[in-house]
Amino acid sequence: MNNQPSTKWETVIGLEIHTQLKTKSKLFAATNTAYGASPNSQVSFLEAAIPGTLPVFNEKVLRYAIRFGLAVGAKVIAKESTFDRKNYFYPDSPKGYQITQLNHPIVEHGILVIKDDKGNDKTIRINRAHIEEDAGKSVHDKYAEYSGIDLNRCGTPLIEIVSEPDMSSAKEAVAYMKEIHTIVTHLGICDGNLQEGSFRCDANVSIRPVGQTELGTRTELKNINSFRFVEKAINLEVKRQIKLIESGGNVIQETRLYDADKNETRSMRSKEEANDYRYFPDPDLLPVVIDQAYIDNEKQYIPEFPVEKIARYTQELALKSDDANIIANDKPLSDYFDSLILLLKKAKATTAANMLLGEFSALLKSKEASVQDNNITIEQFSGLLESLAENKISHKIAKVVLEKMWGTNYSATSVIEKEGLAQVSDSGELESIVKEIINNNQSQFTAYKKGDMKMFNFFVGQVMKQTKGRANPAQVKSILEKS
Amino acid sequence: MLINRKEVEQIAVLAKLRVSESEIDAIATSLDSVVEMINHINEVNTDHVKPMANPMDAVQRLRVDVVKETSKKEQLLSMASNADDDYYLVPTVVE
Amino acid sequence: MNLHGIKQISAALHSKDISVQELHDIYTNRHAIHAEQLNCFINTTPELAKKQIKSSQALIDSNQANILTGIPIVHKDLFCTKDIKTTCASHMLENFVAPYDATIVENLNQAGMVTLAKANMDEFAMGSSNENSYFGAVKNPWDHNRVPGGSSGGSAALVAAGLSPIATGSDTGGSIRQPAALCGVTGIKPTYGRASRYGMVAFASSLDQAGVFARSAEDCTLILSQMCGFDPKDSTSAQVDNENFAINQNQSIKGLKVGVISEWMDLLPENIKLTTQQAINKLKDLGAELVEIELPTAHLAVSAYYVIASAECSSNLSRFDGIRYGQQCSNPKDLNDLYVRSRTEGFGEEVKRRIMVGTWALSAGFYDAYYRKAQKIRRLISEDFKNAFKNVDCIASPVSPEIAFEFNAKKDPVSMYQADVFTIPSSLAGLPCMSMPIGLVDNLPVGLQLIGKNLSESTILNVAHQYQQDTNFHNLVAEGYHE
Repeated sequence: MNNQPSTKWETVIGLEIHTQLKTKSKLFAATNTAYGASPNSQVSFLEAAIPGTLPVFNEKVLRYAIRFGLAVGAKVIAKESTFDRKNYFYPDSPKGYQITQLNHPIVEHGILVIKDDKGNDKTIRINRAHIEEDAGKSVHDKYAEYSGIDLNRCGTPLIEIVSEPDMSSAKEAVAYMKEIHTIVTHLGICDGNLQEGSFRCDANVSIRPVGQTELGTRTELKNINSFRFVEKAINLEVKRQIKLIESGGNVIQETRLYDADKNETRSMRSKEEANDYRYFPDPDLLPVVIDQAYIDNEKQYIPEFPVEKIARYTQELALKSDDANIIANDKPLSDYFDSLILLLKKAKATTAANMLLGEFSALLKSKEASVQDNNITIEQFSGLLESLAENKISHKIAKVVLEKMWGTNYSATSVIEKEGLAQVSDSGELESIVKEIINNNQSQFTAYKKGDMKMFNFFVGQVMKQTKGRANPAQVKSILEKS
Repeated sequence: MLINRKEVEQIAVLAKLRVSESEIDAIATSLDSVVEMINHINEVNTDHVKPMANPMDAVQRLRVDVVKETSKKEQLLSMASNADDDYYLVPTVVE
Repeated sequence: MNLHGIKQISAALHSKDISVQELHDIYTNRHAIHAEQLNCFINTTPELAKKQIKSSQALIDSNQANILTGIPIVHKDLFCTKDIKTTCASHMLENFVAPYDATIVENLNQAGMVTLAKANMDEFAMGSSNENSYFGAVKNPWDHNRVPGGSSGGSAALVAAGLSPIATGSDTGGSIRQPAALCGVTGIKPTYGRASRYGMVAFASSLDQAGVFARSAEDCTLILSQMCGFDPKDSTSAQVDNENFAINQNQSIKGLKVGVISEWMDLLPENIKLTTQQAINKLKDLGAELVEIELPTAHLAVSAYYVIASAECSSNLSRFDGIRYGQQCSNPKDLNDLYVRSRTEGFGEEVKRRIMVGTWALSAGFYDAYYRKAQKIRRLISEDFKNAFKNVDCIASPVSPEIAFEFNAKKDPVSMYQADVFTIPSSLAGLPCMSMPIGLVDNLPVGLQLIGKNLSESTILNVAHQYQQDTNFHNLVAEGYHE
């Protein structure tokens, strides 16, 4: 076995990501695209390739594709794009061809910035993003001698996003993949559900000696359905290629599958060996022609992305960067937060963020709910924050009020009143309570006066107990200190 | 020969058609004559001509994203030679 | 009772001289005598006819009928007819029951027409003689040893034999015009995009158009107007106003400029040339001005056409694999065997040959040299016509370089393809064109082609109508087929 260091090799990775678009109907037919339907129940004559059927292009797909192009700063959003046929035989592709875009895709030359292994910004170029139709699915384990074909997924619109081979490590590949995921989910064009297959990644992996500009032979790792597996699969494949070459072999251009159970990649008995797809423009469809105004109209649908939100949260709202990061990357939460802070007057955004990430998140978790369920509206929440800012309640009580508002219409004020949770801040009242407690606990008081700080906490605790937590803690402390 | 035997075999594979040994030569000959006829298109220079995909030079119309189709499951599966209540059935594909 | 032409038949129906049932029976009685020998039907449609007779009679009785109500029609077996076998004259679809109606069928059904049968044709519309049908060749009523032309041979023959006043056909490179000429009937192909292709089994998508056969231009006009119209289900459907093509029909053609192509005339055998010249001279007698025109690139049309048509058909026919419908081979041993045997057994020789040519023309390295090049020649030919139409209103030319030939006369495919030399150029340019009978040579019919500018069906139909008011060739009937 060889002991050559692998640092003399560098890894070159390009990713092809297929994102299923969240349209109601399919790319070329008005058939439902909802996930999980019974097999072959969301198939029209077109998807079954019944003779005489014809495709008609779904406008939403065009608009979503344009939005993606805008979000990645694409140099080209084609004013004229065309559809091509990719001809091959496979049961999940009933027409015997897939409609895709080869020569004139809708989007070209975009960029994405990720952090490389050292934490520095790295630009990854996106070569193209094009529209194509998804294929059906096969089930192999249901029958002994047959494969079952389900065409529900056939014809669902996809955008295939192809990067340049700009990534140099599995970690970078995952970072890129996650960034694309964030973009398409925040744009609302894809639900990004890897398990359900609405976001799929193929990785093209090759190695070359450090310093060489020519690319090595690449293999394609197909259909990896989790971020973790992408990293594992790429690392395995790099190791395999290095081992292969260092022992005198050659990497063959092939497709490989990642087996998560065995933690290995293996060669796929490919669908079409060395296939010639005989691409040509689809004569049933005409060139898609749009003008600049059409493209510009889509700009209003581009949301603020997490990286922009984080900047806004930290710079304008003085949030801690960790908090900003968490909120910005959780779209429903950041939507809630952004609406909430518009209602605040005295209360601060930082307080809102703390409570959102603290008590509120804990409450969501314990009730197994999500923020979109709106069990506490932003009006209720902002009311609570204002009460806190006005010192009407203590922070501990705020948690109680939150729980009591859950799933109700009650405002914070009405809960405070109804439950008698208003903070006791009347000095007179507090003084007399403190006095009473001191009187009943003379020995503890003596100890306190002698300097036992544990007794101080004892008295604070007793006051809190007496007032059922409503005493203004700061005032209690100052009264005690004066005593 | 503009199209040789090997090419005929390759084309047949791509087109999923079987050409038997005895047929290959005959098919190569007939394809040859068609190709020879087709090759006349090289007689004219078309360097600056834009290809014509559609005689009307029309552009693609867009469809509103609404669902109009309902399930045709039973009807579709009943048209197949080999299908059960849920799936079209084909000889197992090994991946 | 005079039952020549839709107008007369309709008048008789509306004045109750004859019922829809009685009318229908006249034709089915003729079927009993002639249909089997001519072999012009693949399937008859008695159940559908029964329903349509009932409903159309009801419309007539309640004075809600239009001129086409109750009129019989036969559809080329290329058009999907709901719940009725639609075979495309292929073993592959021998038992295929279409689950929907083609749009043109629906349009004609809505007018209350009565469907008698599905017409025989060349398999998948590929051929010029109707010798390529799985169900056997069709005979020309004028001479049973000769072909009726193709691919709409069945449709042309049955109208010539008086088995229906109307039949639909399709024309990709001449498949309506050439059989119309060889059988002595009138046939028209509208501008590409006028008639919806939805439900017409695709052969060459950028060339296919539905059209009609009748005994007169007048009848063609009535049917064409009903058949055509924008269809949102077909992306290549022209978004133009639905026209009543009869609009020009009583206009004299005095001063109309008719183009003639000497180069084409010189390719004709002497007797056909003479007959064609006589017809053109008749147009002059009617007031038209003859103008010499040239189509410099037209001599490359056949070559360019066969690249485009074969390439498109090789892809369009990939859906025929026996999996979701159609003939599947018995006991496939694996997936590849299923594909190969189903397709090899299912398709006839000509179809397989064209698929092979098309596959070859699109294969790696050939796309630019062949398909794209052919599309460029297409543009040049289209430009030739545009230039010609600057000086003329329509063009009169031969349809076929020969009269109906004997069965098995053309063993070499290329000689068969050359039969389309006059019809292909206007197909490539997508122009409206028709054939009308202009006499007999050796007792076999000859036709004259009229080609119009884009969307000018009314013009050419009017020219034909004026010619037919002044001559009687369109009323000639073959021996043994008189009513």
